[in-house]
Amino acid sequence: MTDIIKLTAAEIAEKIASGELTAVQVTEAHLARIEAVDEKVHAFLHVDREGALAQAREVDAKRERGEKLGPLAGVPLALKDIFTTKGVPTTVGSKILEGWIPPYDATLTRRLKDADVVILGKTNMDEFAMGSSTENSAYGPTGNPWDLTKIPGGSGGGSSAALAAYEAPLAIGTDTGGSIRQPAAVTGTVGVKPTYGAVSRYGMVAFSSSLDQGGPCARTVLDAALLHEVIAGHDPLDSTSVDAPVPPVVEAARNGSVQGMRVGVVKQFRGEGYQAGVLQRFDESVELLKELGAEIVELDCPSFDLALAAYYLIAPSECSSNLARFDGLRYGLRTGDDGTRSAEDVTALTREAGFGAEVKRRVMLGTYALSSGYYDAYYGSAQKVRTLISRDFDAAFEQVDVIVSPTTPTTAFAIGERVDDPMAMYLADLCTIPTNLAGNAAMSLPCGLAPEDGLPVGLQIIAPAMKDDRLYKVGAAVEAAFTERWGHRLLEEAPSL
Amino acid sequence: MTVTELVSYEDALATFEPVMGLEVHVELGTKTKMFCGCSTALGAEPNSQTCPTCLGLPGSLPVVNAAGVESAIKIGLALHCEIAEWCRFARKNYFYPDMPKNFQTSQYDEPIAFNGYLDVQLEDGEIFRVEIERAHMEEDTGKSTHVGGATGRIHGASHSLLDYNRAGIPLIEIVTKPITGAGERAPEVAKAYVAELRELIRSLGVSEARMEMGQMRCDVNLSLMPKGADRFGTRSETKNVNSLRSVERATRYEIMRHAAVLTSGGTIVQETRHFHEDDGSTTSGRIKEEAEDYRYFPEPDLVPVAPARAWVEELRKGLPELPRVRRNRLREEWGVSQHDMQSILNAGAVDLIEATIEAGADSAAARKWWMGELARRANEEGVALSALPVTPAQVARIAALVADGSLNDKLARQVFEGVLAGEGEPDEVVEKRGLKLVSDDSALGTAVDEAIAANAAIADKIRGGKVAAAGALVGAVMKATRGQADAARVRELILEKLGVEG
Repeated sequence: MTDIIKLTAAEIAEKIASGELTAVQVTEAHLARIEAVDEKVHAFLHVDREGALAQAREVDAKRERGEKLGPLAGVPLALKDIFTTKGVPTTVGSKILEGWIPPYDATLTRRLKDADVVILGKTNMDEFAMGSSTENSAYGPTGNPWDLTKIPGGSGGGSSAALAAYEAPLAIGTDTGGSIRQPAAVTGTVGVKPTYGAVSRYGMVAFSSSLDQGGPCARTVLDAALLHEVIAGHDPLDSTSVDAPVPPVVEAARNGSVQGMRVGVVKQFRGEGYQAGVLQRFDESVELLKELGAEIVELDCPSFDLALAAYYLIAPSECSSNLARFDGLRYGLRTGDDGTRSAEDVTALTREAGFGAEVKRRVMLGTYALSSGYYDAYYGSAQKVRTLISRDFDAAFEQVDVIVSPTTPTTAFAIGERVDDPMAMYLADLCTIPTNLAGNAAMSLPCGLAPEDGLPVGLQIIAPAMKDDRLYKVGAAVEAAFTERWGHRLLEEAPSL
Repeated sequence: MTVTELVSYEDALATFEPVMGLEVHVELGTKTKMFCGCSTALGAEPNSQTCPTCLGLPGSLPVVNAAGVESAIKIGLALHCEIAEWCRFARKNYFYPDMPKNFQTSQYDEPIAFNGYLDVQLEDGEIFRVEIERAHMEEDTGKSTHVGGATGRIHGASHSLLDYNRAGIPLIEIVTKPITGAGERAPEVAKAYVAELRELIRSLGVSEARMEMGQMRCDVNLSLMPKGADRFGTRSETKNVNSLRSVERATRYEIMRHAAVLTSGGTIVQETRHFHEDDGSTTSGRIKEEAEDYRYFPEPDLVPVAPARAWVEELRKGLPELPRVRRNRLREEWGVSQHDMQSILNAGAVDLIEATIEAGADSAAARKWWMGELARRANEEGVALSALPVTPAQVARIAALVADGSLNDKLARQVFEGVLAGEGEPDEVVEKRGLKLVSDDSALGTAVDEAIAANAAIADKIRGGKVAAAGALVGAVMKATRGQADAARVRELILEKLGVEG
């Protein structure tokens, strides 16, 4: 059975379609793996054993009836606990939603079910997706399968750890400032933040509406593409959803090449705060791209230096409004309702008990930034920076097809190392945030281990909006070349749990 | 500050000039809510018309109702506003238990319509122009019912019940520019404005605008400044003044109260106030020491609204005749006085009378039945005239039967009774109840002969030339035929049989 969990999603789908494996066998193998290792890893907040097996049985029945199966039918998936799942708890890593059972499925959840993807359960995350280490989860941290004393990245650390620990071949993340890519980088997995609007946000609990974007996580570029195709596409329930055909990501992933492509290297994406081993692996990646036939172009994007500051005004502003609904009156946690207290007092007590420190910090930041008298200086200025960043990207993409950078300045840091230093924590998203502010697409994939700590380093590829297929074309070429060089996938080097 | 002695209205106006600002919320009559597909029908079980979006459940998202935008543009156009080429929704952040998201999706500095006016006609026919600042789109909140308190207000209540059926129903908020120069007629102008606006909204077909149902709600902002001054005084905002009469009374009361405070050397506190229907007074609500900070910012979950110019022009072409213009036209066509027209308007009978005339009745008959018999019945049953189970076509048919002599007024009233009781079309009622006037000579002849025989003395008088005495014999025949005889024909027959010239 250990073989099954090492298979890629594409391989599993093929074996189920051919009858070599049943969906129930595959699901049981992954449930067994979860049972065996998740006590240590803590990737999952909720394992939906019954639901997953029921879905798997349905896939097998469909196959027996001779019905057509989708490209990922029967493949298990770990779903970030930010997407609503009808009848299955959804906590967003927060105490304030403890015990809430959503009465509806997110569009993404619906699409996964319609594609017969088997949802194993809900994965751990920083509370309301605010964080870069999953330590802000109200339900305890997740360990990085490369070294359980290290963080698995965040906010989607549960999803990336589940992949790296072979608890699931596919996972879903959401990326507001790097929450898909940074966890992928530090766990040696693949994560894609699609173009803003490519994947419906309906049923994805909002952190920062203008930045949030769901996307695929996997162990290979092709698997990510297959999942991308299932979850992307226009949704009339999300007004910001892009009404255009999904770029041909699977085709691109099957035909990796950088021959003749112009690849940009932005000078703002290095310097102080970057770990030597990270820069070393990044530089090797650039060399590899050259060897594979790409032309490297140096780029200057001065506004990127302002991205982090702008992000920490826009995201908290939107979150201060998005999280106002958690008042203990209609759903989730309610504290202090002893029959004598006013609604306002009960709300205050509920929020005091239900929100963690980082969430409170950002709600306060955002409330302040939106206050009359400060709006123009803070929120207004941040929006202007956002425009400048988009212009820098536009100018850059006139010269290059894609941009590459390290995904994160450092490899996985130790659990507890940065919890008391929010600024140090925020720096983990230095390279990923500009993409969220501009709304274009980016991927992280493994490019080696840092020599000094033996931990995975991520290579980020950034493409223009709606050119998500370029990520897969370049990613597949880089992945193939590295795999050939190493003789195996990077994740093979992770210690067994 | 409590005021015991009000300054008389006349004294207040001798010293001060009132400045008003009216904010009217109109619930649109769209089938579905502003940002989701839930029904807007009134009277359903609490919380039965809700979904993740209008309940503000985590993860839910809004989608703009195109019919709501269309209604907003129509209102803007009818108010002679400019229509924004590009505008956004904004979040108005504040906490209230009946607001599911704890922000209201509204519009802030980019309203869909702005810079317009509405001409209102006062009772003496004078036209007063009210300038419109803006009309913007937003969503309604849920409804709280406070249980256990004496007044139904939250103060003293033991608990509150929340119904979110109303949450997300489309609202248009129409805000006037400061209304100055109305002087002593300020309360009348306020009432006339709200009345005119209500008619306008109804004529556009975008809402029934029934104030008693909360479909149209008015906030009255009022301040006074000394005559001749150019700086406005501090205002009070009287919330939820929900009938035309209340708008007038609240304005009048606030003028007297402000004047009392100011002449006694006090200062007006900027606050919201509650209006009391029973005695026409207002009392202090919530004090606004500082402008409330709603932390408005553009709604990131919605894309901007950019109505195509061609569409706006198409909507402009499709606008109905403005109510005031139509009213004046109909008044002339019907030949009625300003006062009578006002009564017709107040009774909600304009459309009904017009439709009845269109169905063939003459205007006098149409007005007579709707404003007489039918208004009386509606009043008795406490329903709107339009809610009576009788159609303009049926009224026109009954009027026609009277006009051709088949019915007299008394019989016609019986036909109305039958129609209202659901006995069928007017002709069926006439048939079933046997209400047709008897003008058939052979049938009447017998009755006339009997009447002459039974009243020989009177018959002799008539023969002797006292034609006026025929009335008594006509009465006898009518009595014998239980009112179903054609009185004019009976009189002719009597005179004929007695050999007298009529």
